[in-house]
Amino acid sequence: MKVPNRRGYFGKFGGRFVPETLIPLLYDLEKAYLKVKKDPSFWKEWQYLLKEYAGRPTPLYYAQNLSSYFGRKIKIYLKREDLLHTGAHKINNTIGQVLLAKRMGKNRIIAETGAGQHGVATATACALLGLKCVVYMGAKDTERQKLNVFRMKLLGAEVVPVYSGTQTLKDAINEALRDWVTNVSSTLYVIGSVVGPHPYPMVVRDFQSIIGIEIKKQILKKEGRLPDLVLACVGGGSNAMGTFYPFRQDLQVRLIGVEAAGVGLHTDHHSATLAVGEPGVLHGMLTYLLQDKVGQIKGAHSIAPGLDYPGVGPEHAYFKDSGRAEYVSVTDEEALEAFQLLSEKEGIIPALESAHAIAYLIKIAKDLPKDTIVVITLSGRGDKDVSSVREYIEGN
Amino acid sequence: MKKNASLIKKAINTIKSKGEVAVIPYICCWDPDLETTEAILWELAEVEPACIELGFPFSDPVADGPTIQKAIVRALEHQPTFEAYFDFISRLNQKGFPHPIVCMTYYNIIYRFGLGNTVEHALKSGLAGFIIPDLPIEEAQPWIKANQNSGLATIFLATPTSSKERIQKIVKHTKGFLYYVSITGITGARDSLPEDLAYRLKTTKNLCGSNLPLAVGFGISKREQIKLLSPYTDAFIIGSAIVKIIEEKGKNSPKEIKTFLKNLKNL
Ligand SMILES: Cc1ncc(COP(=O)(O)O)c(C=O)c1O
Repeated sequence: MKVPNRRGYFGKFGGRFVPETLIPLLYDLEKAYLKVKKDPSFWKEWQYLLKEYAGRPTPLYYAQNLSSYFGRKIKIYLKREDLLHTGAHKINNTIGQVLLAKRMGKNRIIAETGAGQHGVATATACALLGLKCVVYMGAKDTERQKLNVFRMKLLGAEVVPVYSGTQTLKDAINEALRDWVTNVSSTLYVIGSVVGPHPYPMVVRDFQSIIGIEIKKQILKKEGRLPDLVLACVGGGSNAMGTFYPFRQDLQVRLIGVEAAGVGLHTDHHSATLAVGEPGVLHGMLTYLLQDKVGQIKGAHSIAPGLDYPGVGPEHAYFKDSGRAEYVSVTDEEALEAFQLLSEKEGIIPALESAHAIAYLIKIAKDLPKDTIVVITLSGRGDKDVSSVREYIEGN
Repeated sequence: MKKNASLIKKAINTIKSKGEVAVIPYICCWDPDLETTEAILWELAEVEPACIELGFPFSDPVADGPTIQKAIVRALEHQPTFEAYFDFISRLNQKGFPHPIVCMTYYNIIYRFGLGNTVEHALKSGLAGFIIPDLPIEEAQPWIKANQNSGLATIFLATPTSSKERIQKIVKHTKGFLYYVSITGITGARDSLPEDLAYRLKTTKNLCGSNLPLAVGFGISKREQIKLLSPYTDAFIIGSAIVKIIEEKGKNSPKEIKTFLKNLKNL
């Protein structure tokens, strides 16, 4: 069965639960996207920019030191999205959506950002392609991520702090949606993950699928077979879906998404939506959410700012229920250990988000059979996290 | 009398036949506390509203502007449950509250409570219907089905971006009144409304036919606006302008809100 269906559903998840004002825009966006999807000139332009400007294809690096650290005959490969321009996978999607906006004749882009990675990637694409860019960011996040705010401003974007609700990512998305409801004709909302109303989860998935498509080609060349295990961290779920989607029909490949358990799943301070969330409707989609008994959305927590979201992409909810992917979680502590381990063993400082995927491998490595081939998507680099990790380590 | 969609229609017709303006005030339940909410409701009853929109707060109100967002934050401090909301409606009706009340809330609250459960509680408590701003007709099939024989007002919204064909579809599923959103935007009082609003209301009214009243909302706060638009709509929804008074006067707002609405109605 092909997902999403015509109504934007992945099994029972997805849909477009937004105010009426936006519905005609979502139809326009869907129509415009389905049109460019069949247009080779669009993909040529996208591929050209990703190659010459952003640095694709990214290497699939055999992490020999890390592999032998586990003292067993497993082979660990890292998909190096951290080497991309702006330091994370986010640029695959923003260049795609901003190109799409241009073809739709929009001259103004809005985006939400939590940590600032998607904001920076959107501001970058807008600078490159000459569109006006406004980024909504929770007021708490603008405080925590001052450098990224400055980066976005350098790139010519306007950064609007959001003071409503919990003043974090989820409220930034609300505010972006409110802006879009108000400026419907000039503006396209460039969403940062496989979340939101249809067609966004599909559009973002398709742009990010370049990750998994490359992995497949590269691993076949290096190993002559597909990997046994594929790991990626899950915030909204875009790097994980981009990694998983091309493998969805290769049932011998185990797909594992790693969420943030924060301080622990027994507390209220985590972002493990798929592990302990329940179905509900937020940001235009029906999916698993962190919410209370009444249906109020809870704040999320993770040491990794990009994982700090109380919802998750509807296709992950579908993969969870259908069993196609497994979803697990690791704590802040475990992610920090992995952050340090990868830095020491391989000379690669990973983003704290990506460190979650490494951390889960550390947990299960001893149980993996001989000759297991593991691919981990390293969604971003850790430069942005160095100072907060330092504070954390010195604070303890 | 049973509180439902047809009662709202009747109320609007009665008010109009007297040559008065039909208003639909909005307040958020528990803003700033339940006592004040009840006091406001009884004052509102005296201005003879067509019905009252009583919000149940949701943490992520994407269709609302800053004024109503703040009201929702004040209300959420009481950690209200949906059961408590229905209990409150029951008590009001037992005391003989004379006007229909509709609940405005976001879909997750209803989804979480259960659609059938929500309808059952609404009927038991004497709530007249629901406005769910993030439930477009595309997603409304389960909700419409749950209301097949309920008689409750299933109030959908039409906006300036809705095509004629869409409005026709929306009208088919709408009971009580059609909620026409005056602007492309979020809730909040505005000094000026779009110039083509009267024309849009006129064409929308035609699409509603004689059976479904039309109400216009978002940005309505002034007598001049009402005077200008009265020929083209059956009722006016007034939210942020009232909520602003609650924000400023808190427990002392009830009387002031009544005065405000009386002035507004008095053309
Ligand atoms: C480096 C990195 N990895 C992962 C994520 C999480 O997003 P997603 O789950 O959509 O890949 C982010 C989000 O900001 C990020 O910056």
